[in-house]
Amino acid sequence: MNITGAQIIIETLIEQGCDTVFGYPGGFVLNIYDELYKQSDKIHHIITAHEQGAAHAADGYARVTGKVGVVIATSGPGATNLVTGIANAYLDSIPMVAITGNVPLALLGKDSFQEVDTTGITMPITKHNYIVKDVSELADVIREAFSIAKSGRPGPVLVDIPKDIQLQSFEYSPAPLAEEREPACPSDAALEKVARIIAESKKPYIYCGGGVIISGAGEEVAELSELIDSPIGFSMMGLSAVSSNNRNYLGMTGMHGRYASLKANSEADLIIAVGVRFSDRATGNKLRYSQKARIVHIDIDPAEIDKNIPAYYGLIGDIKVTLAGLLKKLDRQTHKEWQDEISVMREQEKSYLPKDTEMHPKDIIEKVMYYTDENTIIATDVGQHQMWASQFYRIKKPKTFLTSGGLGTMGFGMGAAIGGCIGSGCGRTLLITGDGSFGMNLNELATAVSNRLPLIVLVFNNGVLGMVRQWQTIFYDKRYSETNLERKTDFVKLADAFGADGFRAGNMNELDAALKKAFEMQTPVVIDCIIDKDERVLPMIPPGGSIENVIVN
Amino acid sequence: MKDKQFILGVLVANHAGVLTRISGLFSRRNYNIDSLNVAETENPKLSRMTIIARGDEYIKAQIEKQLAKLHDVKKVEILPLDDTVIREHLLIKIKVTKQTRSEIVESVNIFRGKVVDFNIDSVTVEITGESTKLDAFIKFAAEFGIIEMCRAGAVAVRRGIAPLSDENEFLD
Repeated sequence: MNITGAQIIIETLIEQGCDTVFGYPGGFVLNIYDELYKQSDKIHHIITAHEQGAAHAADGYARVTGKVGVVIATSGPGATNLVTGIANAYLDSIPMVAITGNVPLALLGKDSFQEVDTTGITMPITKHNYIVKDVSELADVIREAFSIAKSGRPGPVLVDIPKDIQLQSFEYSPAPLAEEREPACPSDAALEKVARIIAESKKPYIYCGGGVIISGAGEEVAELSELIDSPIGFSMMGLSAVSSNNRNYLGMTGMHGRYASLKANSEADLIIAVGVRFSDRATGNKLRYSQKARIVHIDIDPAEIDKNIPAYYGLIGDIKVTLAGLLKKLDRQTHKEWQDEISVMREQEKSYLPKDTEMHPKDIIEKVMYYTDENTIIATDVGQHQMWASQFYRIKKPKTFLTSGGLGTMGFGMGAAIGGCIGSGCGRTLLITGDGSFGMNLNELATAVSNRLPLIVLVFNNGVLGMVRQWQTIFYDKRYSETNLERKTDFVKLADAFGADGFRAGNMNELDAALKKAFEMQTPVVIDCIIDKDERVLPMIPPGGSIENVIVN
Repeated sequence: MKDKQFILGVLVANHAGVLTRISGLFSRRNYNIDSLNVAETENPKLSRMTIIARGDEYIKAQIEKQLAKLHDVKKVEILPLDDTVIREHLLIKIKVTKQTRSEIVESVNIFRGKVVDFNIDSVTVEITGESTKLDAFIKFAAEFGIIEMCRAGAVAVRRGIAPLSDENEFLD
């Protein structure tokens, strides 16, 4: 059957299992949007307020569903507005396909209206990208884009399609779902070697990262921890992999990790690192990182082994397959002394927790947990509120915690919450944000209202850029350069203006009342929650420091 | 940790933009390229690159692994310096006079080069060899005056029958 390029794009998306796309129309994707109009019963398109929001929404959708998130934007500014969202997905290894229109082939390179070198701009922030110059290749390029996006270590793939390619016709016949490439599995000998290393350990520490969630290996990690009697610490990206109810759960490690998790990380004699990349925020000073430990590093990406921290032994493979193989080679272990040490660390951690403060962010998050359940999708923006959420929100299920890890994108939250909410089948979603981050992309409140999403936006409002201010307090002698926002924005009125509801919470009673009302509603609500501007995120390991430099109070 | 030169043989998909992808990877990951040569192979779907890069063992391993991750890269190998034929190519235009002409032509023969253009006041010489040989000739030519020169990046193949890849791997 001969159909146009624009039709091929939509047919191929449907064929590849895509039923939801996020995007924004424009001059050079008009034909694609015309087909979306005709096929709206098969593909649901969500229009956002800004292409960045659409990219973050596709990202959030992928994080919740595990499917490839799809975003469509026009050429020029449409494509450049996607850039932050694509980079965010790249740094966090999120499967995404971005489709952009471009000027007709004959106008390429002529500085035409709304022309930019989209593939050139996105080359360093995509797993791969394409510009399609022959309609005969279009369907296969899109199929390959899906395959690359979800295979191995996932990531974003961009397909740039000039307008005339969208108009030309070519033979199309449906193809099956693009296969993920065969997951790699380490050899038996390698697994036995690791089993021996584990058997020699008296103080193991499992360091669980985002790769565990991608691979769906949370259960295997929990089983490993049970079998070898090991605590589990997490990178921020790995936080939802294992339920916080697990007896070995120590929570996040790294710059703002929980004390017991940090301490156990540095005292361990073996770190079993699964699906992590030892980011500088997680390790601090690499030369002083966990010097007592052997490190076994398990990852699907061979380039991660030895990249940031040299591994004692590297295992390259799909984490679920690898851990399943490893579990068979291990005998049960008990480490009573180590567990006793961990208990002491946990007690110490409790003694460092904030006490007797009104409206401490920890109290707010605990209050929130009273209303949420294990299926609630939690999204965050970037800053202090993100760290508090990572430290104190007790996540129960994988793929329910959406946060910008690698890129640290302020403004990620609104788009991600919208995409995550839609990905969950419009289930209850809560965005924990700050007044700084929310200010960056609050325009997407319009999208949440149009789609009647059950989204609660909880703004930790301190009137300052809290995380930057915290650094200025500690490292810049309290010179608060440009971090006192002094804005007059009224978030309650703002919510009203967007067609949402807004409440203000200046104390715990007001917060409780606001949350109660918000959770009874099924439409977007903004809660402006006033917190102290001098509240700091603790513990904190200063950049380039190690556990010896930890600031606890 | 000492920086050393090493040679990579890389088979890549033969289409537009691949060179940008490879050179972009080097610049964004802060690796250094000393020279890069690329041309189509006997299989029109593939190009072969010879890259001379510099770095310690850590950089060397990272370059190999990061290159291998690129979708357009089909095969990467670090070629062992002691078991690889490495050649560079030089075209050099030298000032000549009646007095110096024969000395230069004689030296070209000693270097196993070839005179490819001959004029009253200049000769152009073509020389192939390892970089040290080319360096030596350039130094010699400088005595007479180099008008212009250009030098192609090294190409390299391993000794013995084993190729960088089995070409049938990529015939889909």
